[in-house]
Amino acid sequence: MFTRETRELLFTFVLFVLLMVGVWLAQRYLNAYLVRIFNTACIYVIAAVAYNLVNGITGQFSLGPNGFMAIGGYTVALLMLPVVQKQEVYFLQPLIWPFNSFSFPPALFIFALLLGGLLAAGGAILIGFPTLRLRGDYLAIATFGFGEIIIVLANNLIPLTNGALGIKGIPEYTNLWWTVNWAFWTVFLVKNLVNSSFGRALKAIREDEVAAEAMGINLFRHKLLAFALSAFFAGVAGGLFVTLISTISPTLFTFSMTFNLLIIIVLGGLGSITGSTITAVLFAFLQELLREVEAPHVIGSWTFPGIPGMRMVVFSAILVILMIFYRRGLFGRQELSWQHVSRILWWGKRAHGGQS
Amino acid sequence: MTWTTFFQQLMNGVSVGSLYALLAIGYTLVYGILGLINFAHSDVFMLGTYFAFFMIGIFLLPWWISVLIGVGLCALVGVTIERVAYRPLRNAPRISALITAVGVSFFIENLGLVTVGARPKGFPRPELMKNVYFIAGARIQGVTFWVPLISIAVLLVLFYLVYRTKLGMAMRAVSKDMETTRLMGVNVDRVILYAFALGSALAGIGGVLWACKYPQINPLMGIFPGWKAFTAAVVGGIGNVVGAMIGGFIIGLAEIMIVAFFPNLTGYRDAFVFALLIIFLLVKPSGIMGETLKEKV
Repeated sequence: MFTRETRELLFTFVLFVLLMVGVWLAQRYLNAYLVRIFNTACIYVIAAVAYNLVNGITGQFSLGPNGFMAIGGYTVALLMLPVVQKQEVYFLQPLIWPFNSFSFPPALFIFALLLGGLLAAGGAILIGFPTLRLRGDYLAIATFGFGEIIIVLANNLIPLTNGALGIKGIPEYTNLWWTVNWAFWTVFLVKNLVNSSFGRALKAIREDEVAAEAMGINLFRHKLLAFALSAFFAGVAGGLFVTLISTISPTLFTFSMTFNLLIIIVLGGLGSITGSTITAVLFAFLQELLREVEAPHVIGSWTFPGIPGMRMVVFSAILVILMIFYRRGLFGRQELSWQHVSRILWWGKRAHGGQS
Repeated sequence: MTWTTFFQQLMNGVSVGSLYALLAIGYTLVYGILGLINFAHSDVFMLGTYFAFFMIGIFLLPWWISVLIGVGLCALVGVTIERVAYRPLRNAPRISALITAVGVSFFIENLGLVTVGARPKGFPRPELMKNVYFIAGARIQGVTFWVPLISIAVLLVLFYLVYRTKLGMAMRAVSKDMETTRLMGVNVDRVILYAFALGSALAGIGGVLWACKYPQINPLMGIFPGWKAFTAAVVGGIGNVVGAMIGGFIIGLAEIMIVAFFPNLTGYRDAFVFALLIIFLLVKPSGIMGETLKEKV
């Protein structure tokens, strides 16, 4: 009846409509706590899928998403915070021109997000340019440094970032409409990108750089483009995050953020976009569950006081164990495609049917 | 700036640089052999100070003995990390090993935060380090004077080990070509363990000396020194032991001198090292002592 492409596009469209209906229902009936977790989950989806594009698909080891998210977050905060509020927040040192004299009206929120993403991509090009030309792991060390340096800058550039105090009272524009839409379109775009010739070139780079180069792939340009695109989405995710929790400070986007994303993409399977999507949502809920670990417990006659930070110990242990014993993650490099879904739905009867 | 303050800052830079050099050698040894950035190295550095701290504080041992035990424990930790976390991934894709290294590092840091807490502790310094010396009219603290001397003594021992003993020869051979060295009858796994032990012991010494210089210790104290030391290893030419030492001194001196000449930029001193790394990667990515190796199919 339809070609496979049209049918899959139709499926995707149906999924989109279902998601939108779900959002509408969630906004009306779901309690605020769950909505908050779903929002966080979507932001994790955006950041994790973008991160996987570099680490999983292209095989370059970046440790920078927290830095890019911080750039996006600060950009959006500075652009969206109302002028009156700015005068209140910046009491140590006044905010520098031009940010002190204007702020975007709510209707331009999308442009603030895009600008945040673009600036993050600019930062990525700044680091990617010297490091991605080289073989080896220079990207890892440069991006790790970048993430830490952004925090140093956020602490010290007080007329721009308000230093360690951070910026409070950012209008809460982010709701499920925004996060679900961004998450959906990010996954859609990255997944299509991965299946394009550009994406195949990225995978070739991951498998063997020398062979890829011999096939005429411009290594540097492909890596840089993938890295910048990944940073763009990380920046958007950062922007959404600060307008969700309405505050930003240098401690918000520390290395822990990158670490969370690393766990998500490893657990989902390095190189699997749908894997990252699913584990990102799971992770947002798992993180809430693991708050239990940090709550006080009574075992026998011993009372263990709540141990703040125990979550990260558990997560890092999980990461190391995963890497040693279960390196492929839940999905390996497989994608959950519509073909898989239909195979599951129709019990294999029409698995490959209707491909004419 | 007067001559005496310049001399003071110079000494200060040399002493910080010698610490980066100690730490950088651990990175470069492991990277030269396994091609792995050992992110956990900076945490071994941190552990060294805590081991010594608890030996002094709880077991009431004399300072020198505590430090020696601490350094020994560091070597043990380094070997354990290699054996438990890195060896199973020796033949895995590069990125898996890197992720594991990040995981181990984060595990140690967070375990530290949970067990000893984030609140900094005061590290006890021996009398020797508290003395004040007057050299050429400049007032030099004992720490600034002794730290580089001890470091250089340790480095000389290390160079002897690497360039004059059979073990050192084996290490250099493994870093050139692991397979061929194995065929020559060298127990490669054991050489790698020794490299980790050696690097971690140096990190432990570096940690204790660092704590003498900046006596506030906390579980995250290793992150910045570790990252700068790796930068130093890159600047010197990654994989090269002499290069790592030179890189360490360059980073230490540059950092201290920039802050000395532009005191109002003190908050940005970490950013300078980053800028230096980017510039070096642009201009001379193989580093000062490094050789450019062309990858062949």
